Amino acid sequence: MSDTKKLAIIASQGTLDWGYPPFILASTAAAMDMEAVIFFTFYGLPLLKKELDAKVSPHSNPAMPMKMPFGNKEFQSVNWPIPNVISGNVPGFDNMATMLMKETFKKKGVATIEELRSMCQEFGVRFIACQMTMEVFGFEKEEFIEGVEYGGAATFLEYAADANISLFI
Amino acid sequence: MSDMASNMELNCEGLNCPLPILKTKKAIDSLNSGEILKMTATDPGSVNDMASWAKRTGHELVAHTEASNVHTFFIRKK
Repeated sequence: MSDTKKLAIIASQGTLDWGYPPFILASTAAAMDMEAVIFFTFYGLPLLKKELDAKVSPHSNPAMPMKMPFGNKEFQSVNWPIPNVISGNVPGFDNMATMLMKETFKKKGVATIEELRSMCQEFGVRFIACQMTMEVFGFEKEEFIEGVEYGGAATFLEYAADANISLFI
Repeated sequence: MSDMASNMELNCEGLNCPLPILKTKKAIDSLNSGEILKMTATDPGSVNDMASWAKRTGHELVAHTEASNVHTFFIRKK
């Protein structure tokens, strides 16, 4: 398998919407017989927590569709315009948007982030947590899932130097 | 073609990207070389995705049929 392709991803965002792409791409790459590494840094680091609490915020996220996961097809296709003055000031708005997105994903047969994450591990995707970010934001290894490696920029770059695909997400 | 003999059947109907691919990979791993997996999916994206997956992994996409929005794939393990 000397021609095994390699995927290198930096996951730098930990919201529900930005948390998906690294796990989708890495698990699929592994399913396509590629090697895959995800380096979790800055706000991507919480994606490694045992108890995921990733949320999504429509605030200052103008391209995000606000749709309802229930009702008839016509109702579900309505895109609700939410002014920033509401999304930024109404308490619990992000929780509601997160609930709606999770419900929509579930109804559309999309895996949860937890499911994709565990499939990544099952397929041999390597997870590297940025040691520096852990110090800065005060994360402990005990908070993270098993099987995570710890390292810095050089650890990632050593692998990425031979990668065929490198993505910053 | 949808009544072709298979060694294993996998139902991915209702599942969305990338689950059909991930479940197909798992199923193929459990088969022996030369055996056939029958996979059904309703995700329209699975048509191109299955072709790409087969091209990349070397498993052979023997047949693909579609009836009432259900796609049926037959894959022979390499």
